[in-house]
Amino acid sequence: MPSSPESTQSDSDASVGLVDVQTATLFSDRPLTLISGQQIGPVTVAFETYGTLNEERNNAVFVCHALTGDAHAAGRHSEDDDKPGWWDPLIGPGRGINTDKYFVICANVLGGCQGTTGPGTINPESGQRYCLDFPSLTVGDIVAVHSELVKHLGITRLCGVIGGSLGGMQVLDWSVRFPDQLAAAMVIASGHHLSAQGIAFNAVGRRAIHADPGFDRGNYDPAKPPQFGLALARMIAHITYLSEDSIELKFGRRLQDSDQFAFDMLKETEFQIESYLHYQGKRFVQRFDANSYLYLTRAMDYFDLAEEYDSLSAACERATARFLVISYDTDWLFPTSQSRELTSALLKVGKHVSFLELECSFGHDSFLIDIDPLAELIHPFLERTRVSEARRRGQTDPGLPG
Amino acid sequence: MGRPILVFLANATPSAISLWFLLFVSFMPVANRYQLPDISIRLTDELIMKHIDQSSRVIDLGCGDGRLLERLRREMNCEVLGVDLERSNLVSVIERGLPAVAANLDEGLQDIPTGSFDYAVLSQTLQQVKQPQELLMEMLRVARRALVVVPNFGYWRVRLEVLWRGRTPVTGNLPYQWHESPNLHFMSMYDFRDLMESIGLTIVRESPIIHGHAVDRAWAANLRADSAFYLLEKRL
Repeated sequence: MPSSPESTQSDSDASVGLVDVQTATLFSDRPLTLISGQQIGPVTVAFETYGTLNEERNNAVFVCHALTGDAHAAGRHSEDDDKPGWWDPLIGPGRGINTDKYFVICANVLGGCQGTTGPGTINPESGQRYCLDFPSLTVGDIVAVHSELVKHLGITRLCGVIGGSLGGMQVLDWSVRFPDQLAAAMVIASGHHLSAQGIAFNAVGRRAIHADPGFDRGNYDPAKPPQFGLALARMIAHITYLSEDSIELKFGRRLQDSDQFAFDMLKETEFQIESYLHYQGKRFVQRFDANSYLYLTRAMDYFDLAEEYDSLSAACERATARFLVISYDTDWLFPTSQSRELTSALLKVGKHVSFLELECSFGHDSFLIDIDPLAELIHPFLERTRVSEARRRGQTDPGLPG
Repeated sequence: MGRPILVFLANATPSAISLWFLLFVSFMPVANRYQLPDISIRLTDELIMKHIDQSSRVIDLGCGDGRLLERLRREMNCEVLGVDLERSNLVSVIERGLPAVAANLDEGLQDIPTGSFDYAVLSQTLQQVKQPQELLMEMLRVARRALVVVPNFGYWRVRLEVLWRGRTPVTGNLPYQWHESPNLHFMSMYDFRDLMESIGLTIVRESPIIHGHAVDRAWAANLRADSAFYLLEKRL
């Protein structure tokens, strides 16, 4: 998902500060068997952590990033970075996910291109980049790698797992695939499947990549990627992350460089919204790999909890975590109706679930932008999970009342 | 008072009595405009809890800050769910470590699966929803029993206000005028019973609330009670 243009944050000084990307090598002894039946291993995972893991190793919160995110959720890599991590206003000392109390982990997904094994990685068997020989991926496979990383860090049970959009799908999948590994699941601007409309937009994006003359069936030189196709894919996807109102408000029908129409069919940019989309596309090409985009959008299309477990309730039945489901009123990629459907299925099988629709004009991207209302919910939800976990273990937590 | 009044009453004609009575009540107890009962939260909470079994599943519609839910959870080991529209209320419930979902009671309870609760609670809210009858049916779809507390507009002070002062009763702890009141429906205990009869619900229990006390039965309850508690079931 796009990085946030103007995040709101309550505590501007309380940052996690400078952070480093770490790597772990998993599945070296025994490869990971993917849901497709294919195997992969070893898998390198790029991840970041914030805060301190306590002695009991029970204060960890895992953050799942969205389609085009990365492990850099908070803080800065160097003093000169102009932008902090993608969910920085939410993660830090005294923030919604309070790093004074919680140990936060965020890892780049399997199949990604920001440090974790993906189609751009060298295949140890051939000595060449995987490209489209990379095995087919599902959200379940991504979660299997996350889950292994958590074990690798010596953590048996996470206090919580949180994510928005494709990240929310990972949370959901995790809660039913490895139910004992998490106490709380926070599913934001997401759903148990992508709508046909969502698949349609992904299809156009993939088509743009396929149709780029530089694509070469995925075997392009990384220095010469199918940049036109990838940029176009990003432009179309970006529209789905916004809302009619937010585009209207931000750009309206304003022209970019002139107060008159150019009447020139070769001129690409006349309206401000055009300029914005071109800019988004251009910037995206610099940081993202086209093959990864194909794999990850497919994983998103494939995800369907109801299909995998026969029904949504049957899937929910497996979960043991308490849930917090949040949607946004202007999100049309993952509309509130989907969150309601999920909530209903969880209630049907008697699970602990809270659901809210937040009001924010930024569409699907709201979860990256309007942080305060999110923090207001996540903070008490996590705190109470911690208390109930302490009770579950038969301890009392002196840090909290009742 | 006392003896002179008795003498007066013995000699007066019926019309004189009623005139004097109306003068008396209109200046003394009804000096301020009637306000809908602000039944103490403790009273309604205890009344509701009294009719709920230990360890049952309870949904509270219009749960507010979730205080009843917390008592049900702590004192009675119930599995609970709060429903409210206000974000601040939902946050309060989550702060108590309890689940809550956002819903507009005017739009029904479509997210709540059928038969997922033993009890559905609706306290002092029925008169504020657009379709009370539909909400009651919804409550008895999601739960086996419904517990409701409703104001009684058959209460004598309400009657007097309308009859004598010619004014619509003003509600609640806020001075709502008729045009800004959240209360859309005005019903008496008789009306409520009639509705239950016509939509096929059984009143398992009716407790008129008089002077801040819920009683099992009372003479002239529809005149004396400012509100009433009902335990409802679907007719078999």
